[in-house]
Amino acid sequence: MSVANKYETVVGLEVHVELHTNSKIFCGCSTSFGAPPNTHTCPVCLGHPGVLPVLNRQAVEYAMKAALALNCTIADVSKFDRKNYFYPDSPKAYQISQYDQPIGENGWIDIEVNGETKRIGITRLHLEEDAGKLTHVDGGYASLVDFNRVGTPLVEIVSEPDIRTPEEAKAYLEKLKAIMLYCDVSDVKMEEGSLRCDANISLRPYGQEKLGTRAELKNMNSFRGVQRGLEYEQFRQAEILDAGGEVVQETRRFDDAVGKSFSMRGKEEAHDYRYFPDPDLVRLHINKEWKESVLASIPELPDARKARYTADYGLPAYDAEVITASKKLADFFEESLSYTKDAKAVSNWIMGDLLGYLNANGLELENVKITGQGLGEMIGLLEKGTISGKIAKTVFKAMLESGKLPQQIVEEQGLVQISDEGAILTIVDAIIEKNPQSVEDFRAGKEKAIGFLVGQIMKETRGKANPALVNKLLLERLQ
Amino acid sequence: MSITLKDVEHVANLARLDLTDAEKAQFTEQLNAILKYAEKLNELDTENVEPTSHVLPITNVMRDDVMKESLPIEKVLLNAPDEEDGQIKVPAVLE
Repeated sequence: MSVANKYETVVGLEVHVELHTNSKIFCGCSTSFGAPPNTHTCPVCLGHPGVLPVLNRQAVEYAMKAALALNCTIADVSKFDRKNYFYPDSPKAYQISQYDQPIGENGWIDIEVNGETKRIGITRLHLEEDAGKLTHVDGGYASLVDFNRVGTPLVEIVSEPDIRTPEEAKAYLEKLKAIMLYCDVSDVKMEEGSLRCDANISLRPYGQEKLGTRAELKNMNSFRGVQRGLEYEQFRQAEILDAGGEVVQETRRFDDAVGKSFSMRGKEEAHDYRYFPDPDLVRLHINKEWKESVLASIPELPDARKARYTADYGLPAYDAEVITASKKLADFFEESLSYTKDAKAVSNWIMGDLLGYLNANGLELENVKITGQGLGEMIGLLEKGTISGKIAKTVFKAMLESGKLPQQIVEEQGLVQISDEGAILTIVDAIIEKNPQSVEDFRAGKEKAIGFLVGQIMKETRGKANPALVNKLLLERLQ
Repeated sequence: MSITLKDVEHVANLARLDLTDAEKAQFTEQLNAILKYAEKLNELDTENVEPTSHVLPITNVMRDDVMKESLPIEKVLLNAPDEEDGQIKVPAVLE
């Protein structure tokens, strides 16, 4: 039975984003990733008796910035609460979080799926501290604990159950990531755990208002993994419902390698966290001036940029979406436009050669050396006819690797296009002389033969001959 | 509001406390005595008093985002029941 036509899927996402402060949220330990285990810890984050946490102002401002960028209302008064649970990843046996007075509430973001825009509500955004990292060893009988991550500031962003398909979930995460990057509050690297996602998913027959019983899905390690996890869970729940069964409310772990989710037993009854206000932390009053100064620090966000690119530069919506999904890429695009007016050409080079190269090699823009100026100037050289389209590909590749400007590459490698008629004619004549069979074939009506001759000329000139001129002169000689 | 034996059992379970029947009865009685004492507060008129989570008249205590030196690893591990490669080793608690 196909899921698509019988049940409606309802998904809400809980996303944790690590804020990239220098120090932890309540102490001065470093938050940098990859240090030897337990070397970024101190009596405060290890939960020793008698210590006092002191709130990091930067963490609060990053959380406010993120909340404002997600169109949330910022609380006038906010506070911190203790969430109590026993697990070896938490040295204090409680996590400092926010229960009933989060930094931000009632926000939204717009996502685009299959060319349609949809608004997804954001219930709340709150600030909390991260937990430690466990590695299970000895065949599952022991765990090793690294507390470096304990106390790293996090925002938890909870969506409304407005998401209806796995694709929408993926689009929501991509938009969230883009907004966080634009705001510069997090590195948002899922592979380093600086963005983590849990999903609540339930199914209900179409037309039914009441939500079905949900499962909470954890352990999805990539955006693709979230989509795959939800697809599997849709299928699993539909099978249960089709058989007349009932979905059990539980937490399930998604195993990406197997493509299935598994029940995590034993956590169901533990959801009594006994929240209470943390007596070590005083309340946070956020006045209008503070909100306004944080609001003023938010740059133009992806949706606004996208709208500008389609309206002002005539970019196709899809291209504008791809380019603005990454702030670095959008900045690169705009830098190029300081050196050429041809926005469509810039967009085409980005969408084709640049992203093609990055995707094929698993790289990010910051891993290659090309600059916006380089691309802009290269398009200028193309317009002037200094280089051909074919040479431009060579120059582009050289820019990716060396970061040199195109003029320098062209000069160093002697890549200037040959547009001198006399010089080209000499080569054309030589090639005609050497390939009598092809010349005969062409004159006998085999038009394809000319392609071979052009190829030989380009080979002879190492691709530098002006292609239009080569075609013109060759045809003149042959007829 | 009063505390029942069941409440005590529930909280003890959450706190990983193993109580004898005598202790359960004792704590039920003591907790009820504490609540009863706190009930005295109900005699006050709090009609125009804002609820608060903190008794001190201060707000917004914050520090700058400045890194400080962490504890040397030898000291961190002093409290560990067991260790391996700089990590604290504990019995597995599988989720």
